[in-house]
Amino acid sequence: MSLLRDFTDKPIKANPVFVLVLGLCPTLAVSTSVQNAVAMAAAATAVLVGSNLLISLIRRFIPNQIRIVCYIVVIAGFVTMVEIVMKALAPEEVNRALGIFIPLIVVNCIILGRAEGFASRHGVLSSLMDALGIGMGFLGALLSIAVLREVLGAGTLWGYRLTPLTIVGRTILPEYQPANILVMAPGAFLVIGLLFGFFHWIGNRRRARARRSGVPAVAQTAKDLPKPSSRDREVAGA
Amino acid sequence: MDVGYVELAIGSILISNFVLMKFLGLCPYLGVTKRTSDSVGMGLAVIFVMTLASAVTAALYRHVLLPTTPEHTNILQAVGFPFPAGERGLVDVLRTISYILVIAALVQFIEMVLRKSVPALYRALGIYLPLITTNCAVLGVALLNTTDWKGSASGLPVHLAAFNGFCAGIGFLLAMTLMSGIRERLAESRVPKALRGIPIAFLCAGLMALAFMGFTKLFGIAV
Repeated sequence: MSLLRDFTDKPIKANPVFVLVLGLCPTLAVSTSVQNAVAMAAAATAVLVGSNLLISLIRRFIPNQIRIVCYIVVIAGFVTMVEIVMKALAPEEVNRALGIFIPLIVVNCIILGRAEGFASRHGVLSSLMDALGIGMGFLGALLSIAVLREVLGAGTLWGYRLTPLTIVGRTILPEYQPANILVMAPGAFLVIGLLFGFFHWIGNRRRARARRSGVPAVAQTAKDLPKPSSRDREVAGA
Repeated sequence: MDVGYVELAIGSILISNFVLMKFLGLCPYLGVTKRTSDSVGMGLAVIFVMTLASAVTAALYRHVLLPTTPEHTNILQAVGFPFPAGERGLVDVLRTISYILVIAALVQFIEMVLRKSVPALYRALGIYLPLITTNCAVLGVALLNTTDWKGSASGLPVHLAAFNGFCAGIGFLLAMTLMSGIRERLAESRVPKALRGIPIAFLCAGLMALAFMGFTKLFGIAV
């Protein structure tokens, strides 16, 4: 089933943060704790699924000159719905932490990029699987950063203190004084920079191994994917 | 309104720098800072768009979205248009979509006006203008001036909002110029293979953010 393979491959090969390098602003701002990261990923995935579905449904009726404005209107509609739902259902501290980044989903390059690059050219079911795959990739990226930042920077996980950890009277993890810098602005840049470096290192080793053994490299890198900048240029020019 | 021009300037340029502290506008920050000339061009275009967008969205917020209060009148209510009751008026439903459409229209309009009237400026700034529509910094500053302004529920008045947008743009230009200076030198250094490109740029941004954290509570301004 190639649809299912799309769903399992996309989070890694077309990871929106680490491969496509899109949607960096909310990634850094909300990864201070795992709870915020999961809330943000859920909101972004909801908007992505909704907009991919609707745009794929109406793709034949949108005139070419105004397509970007139509996509923006559709995405803004879904973002408004998600905003209102989150204000009602999400806990207060999550809403305060996410702040302006929920309405900023409307200019998140991931969503506009998938609408322009995928949903406008493929059927409804493919667009749905693409949205879910990219959403899972976004969740994975956010979690990888948030886990590091929260555990090392605040000593908690989902709000629960991790240290000191004692099992049957023996202290496995002693009291840990967290490095607060990691939950503040510089820590975000440092953690994501090191994670990018780590993934590049893994990619380089994979490619070196593939080159040595003579088979074509399996891992796709950002070089093989279409550059996002030409799409950006069309945004107001279309 | 008890916030003045100086507090807004220092707050938006240094203390809560839009790129390094607020994480807004990171895509052009990484994409355009490989050369200083590109960074300066992008920064100037952003200042221009941010100032106009802040002014227009602040006016839109106070006079179209919020219901009439003793401080500001709502144009729709004054004309007699049926307006929903409640103190948030049309804000929750129409804010996001109206702001983004206003910004997109503004950028198109600026591009057309520049192309006809000041072709030299258009050629210098022209390629960056379409990139600014999806720049989260512009929508971010519009939101921060109005609904998410900590001081009051009706946000900043139009002149202060425009000035805040202008200062946010200057902070953006400052961060971009500093970063491009570093990256131009990095291009000639021996960076480990895994860190080349984006990782080292992020690490530099982290160190710059660390430096900018030293501006917290500068002159006692708490923003």
